[in-house]
Amino acid sequence: MEFPKDLKYTKEHEWVKVEGNIATVGITDYAQDSLGDVVYVELPQEGGSVTKNEPFGVVESVKAVSDLYSPISGSVAEVNDAIIDSPEVINEDPYGDAWMIKVEVGNPGDLSDLMSADEYQKFIEEEK
Amino acid sequence: MPVQYSGVIEEHLAVRNACGLFDVSHMGEIEISGDGAIDFVQLIMTNDVERITDGQCQYTLLCYENGGVVDDTIVYRYNIDRYLFVVNASNADKVFAWMNKVQEKEAIPDVTIENLSNNYAQIALQGPKALEVIKPLLDIDPNEVKHFHFHLGLINDDIEVLISRTGYTGEDGFEIYMEPADATAVWNALMEAGKNYGILPIGLGARDTLRLEMGYPLYGHELSEKLTPIEAGLGKYVKFNKDFLGSEVLKKQVEEGVSKTLVGLKMIDAGIPRADYEIQSNGKKAGWVTSGTSSPSLKVGIGMGFIEPSLKALGTEVDVMIRNRAAKAQVVKLPIYSKK
Repeated sequence: MEFPKDLKYTKEHEWVKVEGNIATVGITDYAQDSLGDVVYVELPQEGGSVTKNEPFGVVESVKAVSDLYSPISGSVAEVNDAIIDSPEVINEDPYGDAWMIKVEVGNPGDLSDLMSADEYQKFIEEEK
Repeated sequence: MPVQYSGVIEEHLAVRNACGLFDVSHMGEIEISGDGAIDFVQLIMTNDVERITDGQCQYTLLCYENGGVVDDTIVYRYNIDRYLFVVNASNADKVFAWMNKVQEKEAIPDVTIENLSNNYAQIALQGPKALEVIKPLLDIDPNEVKHFHFHLGLINDDIEVLISRTGYTGEDGFEIYMEPADATAVWNALMEAGKNYGILPIGLGARDTLRLEMGYPLYGHELSEKLTPIEAGLGKYVKFNKDFLGSEVLKKQVEEGVSKTLVGLKMIDAGIPRADYEIQSNGKKAGWVTSGTSSPSLKVGIGMGFIEPSLKALGTEVDVMIRNRAAKAQVVKLPIYSKK
């Protein structure tokens, strides 16, 4: 299982990549593996807003429905519509093609409590 | 039994296209025997065990006097004095206690009720290749075990099994009962024999999607103490040529109609129906979803649910309320999936 060093991680198993004032958000390799085959995704509208620690969408496997929690507050600058048509990409490439939303970061302080790759790895070891 | 081994969709498609192996040892087994067994089983089951002969099995419901379902089960008829009921794991103790209570009240002479759940392991081999996979292992040609018949035989020359041509997937296949101590040997022999056919071990996830595509009920979802077989569309397993527990209520439902009925659902809009989602028609509550998933065979959201009988006609459009949004679905016939 992979946890790229240049990403930040949440306890709800999302990853964030910060470039300038844009944060790209997706779910981790661990999350997609736990979910199993992903068959459906619901994402917010472009231009909408997301709130830190609040649901911004839904991902469904064959078996179950899970909320997606936003690691940051801000406005949605871009949505990855391609994964709505091909949700299986979330299983195949969770850190790449399966990014979910790009958020214009409202408050950079939101990012300070996110975990590093090493911290996240330790976190999921303890959660198991 | 884990939720999945290699992945629900992969496992599901293996059973549809090749074969899969299920460890369903959690199922319960209750044996009823004695000179009074025939009278007792006819009293507790909605189906008619006199319509099958020795060596056959039959699907039946067990009902309370109010028509609610105790469990759904397959009954194996060894002979007129001996029957094996295979019941749902979570219901085994309840069914056993209920049978004893019925017998206490009815006091039918010479009836023995034994909970043998710990004496049996069960492995299901399902899929179009099941017959070829088991052929070299079984003491007889598996073709001789006809649909809903069973055979007391041997696997690998010396393992005693009860094997029936039954299953919960809609595919050809077998359910094999043996002593728990022999289960690993049977499992390994089948996995080895199935290697060249693409056999996979199958988890609970695919077990559920396979049965749901076929419209088979699952106790706790389509069946419960508050739902009757008539409401659940299982009237063909209810035979009124004899009296049984619940027969009066069920007969009345057949004659006077029911207030809700089970249907198959297929999504028109995007979305996946799930158990307990509300079904609406013209903005008003019209029922609820009992089971739902994304169909691995059809690649669309499917489900079953109870709705007002006025909406049961095939093709009727209803709304499934998914996270407070109305998503359009269509009433479809069961099974939802069928091989062309």
